Amino acid sequence: MATVSRGFGGRRQDPAGGDLAARTPPGQYLTDGFPVLSAGPTPGVRLEDWAFEITGGREPVGWTWEQFRRLPSERFTCDIHCVTRWSKLETAWEGVSLDTLLAPVAHDAGYAVAVSHGGYTTNLPLTDLLGGKAWVAHTYAGQPLHPEHGGPARLVVPHLYFWKSAKWIRGLRLTAQDEPGFWERAGYHDYGDPWTEQRYASA
Amino acid sequence: MDPVDGNALAGPLGTLFGQDVGDVTGVCAGCGLSSLLAETRVFDQAPGLVARCPGCEEVLATVIEMPRAVRLSLPGFRYVDIPSRTL
Repeated sequence: MATVSRGFGGRRQDPAGGDLAARTPPGQYLTDGFPVLSAGPTPGVRLEDWAFEITGGREPVGWTWEQFRRLPSERFTCDIHCVTRWSKLETAWEGVSLDTLLAPVAHDAGYAVAVSHGGYTTNLPLTDLLGGKAWVAHTYAGQPLHPEHGGPARLVVPHLYFWKSAKWIRGLRLTAQDEPGFWERAGYHDYGDPWTEQRYASA
Repeated sequence: MDPVDGNALAGPLGTLFGQDVGDVTGVCAGCGLSSLLAETRVFDQAPGLVARCPGCEEVLATVIEMPRAVRLSLPGFRYVDIPSRTL
């Protein structure tokens, strides 16, 4: 039986040659645009003021923008899924893997809270940040990441709903216990797996 | 991205305790500014509505339309005053 993606009259061409419907999580529609969502005003973060700091380990570890940009960057292409039901395939980024950023940090934490300029926070298990699954991205589609999409740098964790990919990230706070972030406290799911539609906290 | 005014809260909340939601007054726990909910700055291009203080931009309230409830969270208010009904 043929399956058709919701919202489309027919099967579209998958840029990677695969099955588009199979790459679209339940309840999502595909968009070619890149919608801008934000819980607040876009903070203007100057590169000379930018820093990324990981706290909660034995010692805080941090990088200035210059130091951060000297770390090895990876190019990665991924599909992203917003809880507001849009998905975008084959997004092309460049950023520093969380494996690289967490390597010098001695800790016994199980969780992290991503902390952003403007006060936004989101929580993730550390296992979801490690193993080549998460990056602090500074480049999108070959260009420096635009402020409205989280520039100078944002977290990108493509296997979870995109609210976990904190814009304007300025650091991680490592924690022993899971501590819900901004949307997680307000009513969204603690983990946010798009493939099992973990959209909301239970009400 | 530009916010809209607090009347956007009336969409999901409608009336709150029998009052038009815009007529509810609240005091920001951060800066102490008193404002009508209708005067807050609401960011609606987001997974929920985020009402921020017109004075200091702290998050006063969030509204999320969940499957079986509308969840109103008031993390930034010292208190809210809901006008008494006039009989």
